[in-house]
Amino acid sequence: MKVTLLDYGAGNVASVERALQRLGVASQRSNSAESLAGAEAIILPGVGHYGALVRALDQQNLRAALVDALHRGVPFLGICLGLQALFKSSEEAPELQGLHVLPGRVCALPANVKLPHMGWNQLDRKRDSQLLSGISADSFFYFAHSFAVTDSDFPPCASCTHGAEFAAVIEHKNIYAVQFHPEKSGDAGAQILQTFLRLAA
Amino acid sequence: MSLAHRIIPCLDTDGGRVVKGVNFVGLRDAGDPAELAARYNSEGADELVVLDIAASRDRRPTFLETTRRVAAELAIPLTAGGGIRSLEDARSVVRAGADKVTVNTAAVERPELISELSREFGRQAVVLAIDAKRLDEHWDVMVRGGRESASLDALEWAKIGVACGAGEILLTSVDRDGTQLGFDTPLTAAISRSVSVPVIASGGAKLPEHFAEIFSEGAADAALAASIFHDGVQSIRELKQFLAACKIEVRLPC
Repeated sequence: MKVTLLDYGAGNVASVERALQRLGVASQRSNSAESLAGAEAIILPGVGHYGALVRALDQQNLRAALVDALHRGVPFLGICLGLQALFKSSEEAPELQGLHVLPGRVCALPANVKLPHMGWNQLDRKRDSQLLSGISADSFFYFAHSFAVTDSDFPPCASCTHGAEFAAVIEHKNIYAVQFHPEKSGDAGAQILQTFLRLAA
Repeated sequence: MSLAHRIIPCLDTDGGRVVKGVNFVGLRDAGDPAELAARYNSEGADELVVLDIAASRDRRPTFLETTRRVAAELAIPLTAGGGIRSLEDARSVVRAGADKVTVNTAAVERPELISELSREFGRQAVVLAIDAKRLDEHWDVMVRGGRESASLDALEWAKIGVACGAGEILLTSVDRDGTQLGFDTPLTAAISRSVSVPVIASGGAKLPEHFAEIFSEGAADAALAASIFHDGVQSIRELKQFLAACKIEVRLPC
């Protein structure tokens, strides 16, 4: 299987690449619409500023090709900002439009807790999840973000709480997304990546 | 269910080897960085820090190679630093595999460096390292490896750093570093309670009780130690089991 890693310039592309290598899977980096058209599975890693990701998708003419691939049914895994980009907009860059394949907004986590939400946290399972199958309920995952999907009617498979409850695992047809970093989440994270690859195969 | 307190081993490196010292001086060899990284990754460390303690220009390629070798062993986040003076320095350690970058002396000299890094990599990737030393009724910021006073109040500097865009503070007590007398609880609590970002306590750890204290009374979000892990004085697994028994939230290794 050809796994395409969307490389728009985010810092964690290499980490995801290494994590896939450890699973024995070769991936190829891409930042062109043409390669998205032929992709068999797409991973959108992302870390940092929402605006940087959305602007890069537009400047590199990737938006239409990505949305088209999502609608075509190409298996997709969004990581961190890659989850947030699926929604309509974000408070982090209110002037920009997200991919809007899912309804809802990305909002700032409340300031009554330490931000960024940085470190290992557990999930609250909401409904059946393919990504989380075989993952024990008390597993921890590594988060590093200050914004999250707290305002959406779309039901997540799992949520996490830091100041507010937010979507941590999302599944919708061929679209999978996680707010945490599976590439940095030890064995449990590796298992999630492995599961995605199996679902995509 | 809540955010776990993190245990972070630190690799102080010089010329491609892990070294250790007392009060920032008197260094001796403590092993291969990649071997130690692999061990800590499997023992349940929550993150790893790798520092270039010499931080001299001519040894920079060696440190980047060390960072690459360490990153290759990890399925947990990696912070790298020591001698980061510019955006370009930071880019090179990020390209080598670091998820976060720590800045110290250069940020004191030019706080805009923090903003530049924060804009490029995001706040979550910028760790402001503060070396603090008790001076009368406050804590003084020390620079150049803890040797020189910056004539800056540590509490004030922490707040400025966060306002500039730091996403985390790595707080080392120069008074406690290498003494194994325990973390500096009053210092850590004072800083942690006055900033909005997570604080990593460092300097002085030996016993599991020291970690329990810094997480409860010291309000630390994470705790960092070096030699006690390198020497096997303290295993990360047993430390976490001790903390869990004290009802402190930790990620227990499987």
